[in-house]
Amino acid sequence: MSGSTQPSGGPTKGVLGWIEFRLPIFSFLNSSVGYAYPAPKNLSYWWNFGSLAGVALVIQILTGIVLAMHYIPTAAEAFGSVERIMRDVNYGWLLRYMHANGASMFFAVVYLHIFRGLYYGSYKYPRELLWWIGLVIFILMIATAFMGYVLPWGQMSFWAATVITNLFSAIPLVGTAIVTWFWGDFSVGDALLRRLFSLHYLLPFVIAAMAIIHLWALHQHKSNNPLGIDMKGPQDQLSFHPYYTAKDLFGLGIYLIIFAALVFYVPNSLSEPVNYVPANPLQTPPHIVPEWYLLPFYAILRAVPDKLGGVIAMAGALVVLFAVPWLDTSKVRSARFRPIFKWLFWVFVVDAIVLGIVGAHPPGGAYVPIGQIATAYYFLHFLVLMPVIGKLESPLPLPDSIATAVLAKGKR
Amino acid sequence: MAGEPSGADKNRRDFLYIATGAMATAGTAVALWPFIHQMNPAADVLALASIEVDLSGVPVGQAITVRWRGKPVFIRHRTPDEIAEAQKVDVGTLRDPQADSARVQKPEWLVMVGVCTHLGCIPLGQKDTDPHGEFDGWFCPCHGSQYDSSGRIRKGPAPQNLEVPQYAFIDANRIRIG
Repeated sequence: MSGSTQPSGGPTKGVLGWIEFRLPIFSFLNSSVGYAYPAPKNLSYWWNFGSLAGVALVIQILTGIVLAMHYIPTAAEAFGSVERIMRDVNYGWLLRYMHANGASMFFAVVYLHIFRGLYYGSYKYPRELLWWIGLVIFILMIATAFMGYVLPWGQMSFWAATVITNLFSAIPLVGTAIVTWFWGDFSVGDALLRRLFSLHYLLPFVIAAMAIIHLWALHQHKSNNPLGIDMKGPQDQLSFHPYYTAKDLFGLGIYLIIFAALVFYVPNSLSEPVNYVPANPLQTPPHIVPEWYLLPFYAILRAVPDKLGGVIAMAGALVVLFAVPWLDTSKVRSARFRPIFKWLFWVFVVDAIVLGIVGAHPPGGAYVPIGQIATAYYFLHFLVLMPVIGKLESPLPLPDSIATAVLAKGKR
Repeated sequence: MAGEPSGADKNRRDFLYIATGAMATAGTAVALWPFIHQMNPAADVLALASIEVDLSGVPVGQAITVRWRGKPVFIRHRTPDEIAEAQKVDVGTLRDPQADSARVQKPEWLVMVGVCTHLGCIPLGQKDTDPHGEFDGWFCPCHGSQYDSSGRIRKGPAPQNLEVPQYAFIDANRIRIG
């Protein structure tokens, strides 16, 4: 920005001043991501994943818009049009691999972002709504990713669509009518493919709108930080620009290196080969699995040996996250000062990974009881351990302020 | 507004607000219906909802799969053994109790929708070389549901028997499904 930019205001002279007088966009940017937006001075790299998720969303939207220029959403032509994108469209292979692997990268950074929030208590007062909006974004991401996965109309696409839409048939009385309504037919076919394409194009923009609301709520009480204590004054703060813009850009560099490695060297490593077989409505592949980022939820679905029960458990695994701000009874935000919860957090991380591994394997042998125990522990963590440990545990003393903690660390 | 409205005026106002609000809500609900109903099966989809099948080419012990409403329909020419096995099962022990006679029009012809009632996969068992499960019927590879020689659920997560579609014998060797 020009030299006329004030730390707290916008430009007053020249063309920028003319614009600012009519549309105060420069002062808005300055107070949102500029010199005038204060952030805690002790943010670690764990605070990079929010901006990375934003970048991932932008990459998905840009690559998605151009892919939609070549993709044909009909059961007869969808598979062929994707193959045409891969072989004939200029750089089509690159755009599609970016879009497919970009989804994995998006989920990876969002999972790290969520686990960061769980470790440092970012969901606690006064950020409960911020947490909720984030969860809504996560659920929208799951829906969008599922719909996008159906579009290539391969075997896994088709049967994922069949199994997921059939989940709703578990609803008593109206289940079948709801599924027929989703399908627009009596089976998965053209009608469903077209409406999923329509919604797959729509939802990312809903996610973008929710992300803006997420930032709005974030800016009300500013970022949490590794100490989990509030900023008390200028001595605890740094301006977002240039300190955290630089830190975010550095993180972005690492992110893009990993992304490029995936896209250029192992673009199919995270996908199922059977999806390169065209959809066949009369033959189910021997083993159906979702993409890696949904495996834990799939494991929870299968852990309950009852159709409706499994669906309720899977939905419950998401719904319980909304209650976390109230299930966690501890007044202390950061797990750094919570000797017992700190370990429970890591046990929970392991539990989530175990669920992912179970979800990737056919339901047989030891995977069945392991999946059931891991599912039980998932709910035990939130519904029992979180409230009880918050009451029982005596937290370590909190530092007086961010500044004193940072200076004390500097002296050591 | 200038001053507090008198008692009668206040009631009148309340009535107008409530009536307007109710009208707006009802109007919105009615306007919403086309947006919801457009997703249900369209007229051309419903028009294609019945097919005729010729059974004369299916020998005893063999099965064919035909496509009806986009779904596979299993038509099996059952052997006397299979019929006897299906009929002697104690109906009371079944998860979805249904006598074999309630599932067939002629005992030798079993006609049912070949879609697992769990999450919609296609069970195996149409070919001789397929796995048939422990009950001489069909086996779903997705989550391990097993159906007997009458297509009834016997083991695994599926809640119901394989669905028997509406069908009728047009003559001795032909049926109309739907």
